[in-house]
Amino acid sequence: MTDTDYEKLATDAGLERVGARAPLGEYLKELWARRHFAYTLARYRIQATMSENRLGLGWIVIRPIFTAIIFGTIFGVIMSSDSRPDNFVPFLVVGVFIFEFFSKSFSAGAKSITSNASLVRSLNFPRMLLPIAAVIQQVFELVPIIAVMTLIIVGFGEPITWAWLLVPVILALMTMFNLGIALISARLTVHLRDVTQIIPLLTRILFYSSGIFYSLEQVLEDKPAWVLKVVELNPIHDFITLVRAQMVTGNEASPTMWWVVIGSSITMLVVGVIFFWRAEERYGRD
Amino acid sequence: MTETPTAPPKLGAPIVVANDVHVEYRTHASGKALANGGSLFKRQKGIRVVHALKGVSFEVREGESIGVIGHNGSGKSTLMRTIAGLTTATQGAVYAASRPALLGVNAALIPDLSGEKNVLLGALAMGHSKADAEAQYEDIVEFSGLSEFIDLPMKTYSSGMQARLRFSIAVSRDHQILLVDEALAVGDKAFRDKSEQRIRDLREQAGTVFLVSHSMRSILDTCTRVLWIDHGNLKMDGDPKTVVKAYQASAKK
Repeated sequence: MTDTDYEKLATDAGLERVGARAPLGEYLKELWARRHFAYTLARYRIQATMSENRLGLGWIVIRPIFTAIIFGTIFGVIMSSDSRPDNFVPFLVVGVFIFEFFSKSFSAGAKSITSNASLVRSLNFPRMLLPIAAVIQQVFELVPIIAVMTLIIVGFGEPITWAWLLVPVILALMTMFNLGIALISARLTVHLRDVTQIIPLLTRILFYSSGIFYSLEQVLEDKPAWVLKVVELNPIHDFITLVRAQMVTGNEASPTMWWVVIGSSITMLVVGVIFFWRAEERYGRD
Repeated sequence: MTETPTAPPKLGAPIVVANDVHVEYRTHASGKALANGGSLFKRQKGIRVVHALKGVSFEVREGESIGVIGHNGSGKSTLMRTIAGLTTATQGAVYAASRPALLGVNAALIPDLSGEKNVLLGALAMGHSKADAEAQYEDIVEFSGLSEFIDLPMKTYSSGMQARLRFSIAVSRDHQILLVDEALAVGDKAFRDKSEQRIRDLREQAGTVFLVSHSMRSILDTCTRVLWIDHGNLKMDGDPKTVVKAYQASAKK
């Protein structure tokens, strides 16, 4: 060891510690300055998947359609019961398609740092751009999904109403919610790779508990009222129900759901941003 | 006060200072790796701590170009990544006047995408604005000399071609501090000459360059000072000829 005081030398020369996490405000400013990177990355990713598969963009809509057909056949035809709501096909399609937006943001967000290790190890940029790019990609893919969803709903005789204008608002809130989830899961995956194993399980639990192919309101009719109140606190159920309430006749959303959806979107986004930002210095090391 | 009395007059202010930098990696080891674990490794219930850097300190002044040498696994690349801020030191810290940029050979940006898209993404990630990135595109591709392959996915490139493209992207921006990790060893003769020239140009624009290389010739050609890293320690720091000689003498033993 030499006896030079390197610390003092650096301070005297006005040097800054390399890789130090920027304060949140500056970090967000930097993020905004490089927004084109996230946007371009998302766009190129979609183009890459499109050119790899023969059906390309088609898969984005074929997957949820198949999921809907499978559940529709099992629960609508084979096991049909009282819990089957009216207008079953539009009901199911909205459920499956909207849920897909959540589940794909969740899994893509979780992998966003670990699957881009070479990028993270070789270039400096705010790491938050990667989970953001993952969610932007999902938003782009949502456009054809919503288009197909609308076609199916109209095809099954649902009227087009002014209430449909609320759907983009709901989806915008859901994007905030999904981004928050993606940021949290992205950091957790870096700490603990096992998280990627748990995500499909969590997704399945949420799928079955969010009333995708049955109506929670109908299933819980003879249960005490508080059970339904608890179920209504699940934001994913509320996002889906709110979209249904605008687009599928016979579905209604309670005012509580709006509050849950608005509250959880803002909370998730703020928590996600702060949670992810706090570990900024760690992402290159593991 | 930015000048210490001992510094030679031709050098500028300190631009990079490393203060007692330690880096530890935690990693899961399998049986085979455990068997040949040397002094670098400490075992800890299946998780091994690799102590890649064990207290490296130095200061670099404006206008110097630093060669970094050492055998494979000595910690050179870890040191580069730490200086670039891509890996955070577990103890100690690196200070710099501006954020150093690292260019290495091993990382393709996004292998599935074409060279063209990698160039644009790389430029955007480095902080070019969108218009800037598009304006720089031609220069980057021309410098890389890969225009006929630019539409192919980067995974189809040879490692030399990937290194050329990465190098071209990295030097498209004037960096005050540039870290070059063996990137010059991969290109062919013509490209190597071109990139050595570019590094000299960058240095003349009051830049500072760190060059990691196993080629003692390029170290002696381009560097004004050499750091010898050995098992995570800074073994020698000084004039290129002296350090390279000592290094070569130790390698022969």
